[in-house]
Amino acid sequence: MTTLRLRMEPRPSPSALLMLGVPVLSALAALLLALVILTVTGAPLGQAVPLLVSGAAGSLFAVTETLTRATPLIFTGLAAAVAFRARLWNIGGEGQLYAGALAAVAVGGGAISAPPYLLVPLVMLAGAAAGALLLLGPVLLKTRLAVDEVVTTLLLNFVMLLFVQMMLEGPMQDPMGMGWPQSAPMVDEAALPKLVAQMRLHAGLILALAAAALVHVLIRRTALGLEMRAVGGNAAAARFAGISVPGTLIITGLFSGALAGLAGASEVAGLKGYLTTDLSPGFGYAGIVVAMLAQLNALAVVPAAIFIAAVFVGADSMSRTLAISNYFADLVVALALMCTLAGSLFLRYRLRLMRTPA
Amino acid sequence: MMEALEIIGQASFWAAAIRIAAPLIFGVLGALICERAGVLNLGIEGIFVAGAMTGWLTVSMGGDLWLGVAVAALVGAALGLLHGVFTVILGLSQHVTGLSITLLATSTAYFGYRVAFPSVTTPPVIEPFAPLNPAWLSAIPILGPALGQQTALVWLAFLCVAVTAFVLSRTPLGLALRAVGDNPAAVEAQGLSVTGLRMGALAAGSALMALGGAFLTLSAFNSFFFGMINGRGWVCIALTVFASWQPGKALLGALLFGAFDAYQVRLQTLAGSVVPTQIFLMLPYLLSILALVLAARRADYPRALMKPYIKGER
Repeated sequence: MTTLRLRMEPRPSPSALLMLGVPVLSALAALLLALVILTVTGAPLGQAVPLLVSGAAGSLFAVTETLTRATPLIFTGLAAAVAFRARLWNIGGEGQLYAGALAAVAVGGGAISAPPYLLVPLVMLAGAAAGALLLLGPVLLKTRLAVDEVVTTLLLNFVMLLFVQMMLEGPMQDPMGMGWPQSAPMVDEAALPKLVAQMRLHAGLILALAAAALVHVLIRRTALGLEMRAVGGNAAAARFAGISVPGTLIITGLFSGALAGLAGASEVAGLKGYLTTDLSPGFGYAGIVVAMLAQLNALAVVPAAIFIAAVFVGADSMSRTLAISNYFADLVVALALMCTLAGSLFLRYRLRLMRTPA
Repeated sequence: MMEALEIIGQASFWAAAIRIAAPLIFGVLGALICERAGVLNLGIEGIFVAGAMTGWLTVSMGGDLWLGVAVAALVGAALGLLHGVFTVILGLSQHVTGLSITLLATSTAYFGYRVAFPSVTTPPVIEPFAPLNPAWLSAIPILGPALGQQTALVWLAFLCVAVTAFVLSRTPLGLALRAVGDNPAAVEAQGLSVTGLRMGALAAGSALMALGGAFLTLSAFNSFFFGMINGRGWVCIALTVFASWQPGKALLGALLFGAFDAYQVRLQTLAGSVVPTQIFLMLPYLLSILALVLAARRADYPRALMKPYIKGER
């Protein structure tokens, strides 16, 4: 009598095909699962699926909308990927995004007059600095006082949103805004240029792609990147090798916060032109899903962000035509994270059916 | 200034403090049970949402209030088991699993709400739990009326503290549960199942978290709305460290937090328009961070927290 047993054998290094195949299959599995749920709720799949696809990629407008939506997700995805590489659990991307946006409108809202080639970089730098500063607190609390950064970064998201609300109802409120809680519009010299005529797609995408390339080089090709990976892999071993773990974490945190801050700055400078408290429909949290889907690989963050953006844009257009809530997009995003997590098992282990004598 | 002090003598203040504390009591108890067994459950925020939504939905569809409580607890336990499949059985990252449970539970609850009520602007309300007002309480000054205004769910929260404290410190099950969070190999050597204990802790702890959510829709308010949890789950994770994973201190921490929160709401009306309301609204979150900072130095984390246990691996 023999019994079948499932055995998990560690896989030393997964093949390139597997590295590519697992995330793609995870994303597809998430979409399929979500469609099953959609069917259960009685939605007409025959109409819903074409609407979802055409809404995300069916026209030049749809494609530019998807890329517009992908821009902040690339930034927040990179922010999460950089931090998670060093096992710094920065879940505060949402708050850092708002910090970046607030700094961007503060600098670009007419306080400084300068030509675009000076003002645009200044606005972006201000956004990055604000995001980095907001994360510096939790990182210092972690390295100095051993305070868990997950909870502090999460709680700061709520604090930051309230702070933005306070500024938009107080000192930074648009005097011409008829009492609405929004900032004064940014001056034209501070705006990121549009990429396609008549469309909303803006140069923030170029910056996001450049950031992805830079982060890739940083992680793969520099001593700092090696240190970050070493701290993330095994902090004790890294310390033994003479790497300053707190120092590495602080630099990682500054990078991560700056990237999330850029997401906010690029949204206000490229898309909205002013700041409101509904700037982000959870880009900070979705960035975590993007990073996981990309297996924390900076270059892979780009397609992962475009996928998540397509889901959001497609779901929006679907919900406008059919009576399906656009919370559907959030459902797909959550399922994508679960499927990626389950899929990562296949990257780490080889699953074998074993025949063992009972 | 005197007015600011007089608040503390008001029964209504203490009633509000207890009402704010109740969901946190459930949440902190749930989190500490999971963490004592070695699993960090960051699904808590989403489990709160799921409990609030399913409990309320059950009652609004004609179910009994207690049926709503039971459904919420079952949904919470199911989400806890899902967490366990990923973290305990498959040994995947507890951070990422927890966050994905939060995203999944929240989005499913919101999507389900929109499926059930496609285009209502004001959600249907239910008849929530009524205050118990036991006669023997009214003799006690301040605290009597404050406790009298509370519903059966608040008393259930107090009962859960006592039961959790008793089980954890006075029973073989509690000993095994604490051991599995400190030294799972030793538990395995005793012939007990690490997987079974951790899955059980996750199911029980997550059920309690869901009760915290259900308290909001079935007792504190009478309806479900988006964003009603608003970080309460994360506050519980911070308070768990503050409470050093002890049920008694969890009760104390939650009540302190409730008192502070109730106090700032009253100060807000006293302060008028001098201080922006957002400052007051930030205080609970900042207070949680402060609690975490104060506790971090002496925090004695369960030693096997966040370490997956795979049989035969060291």
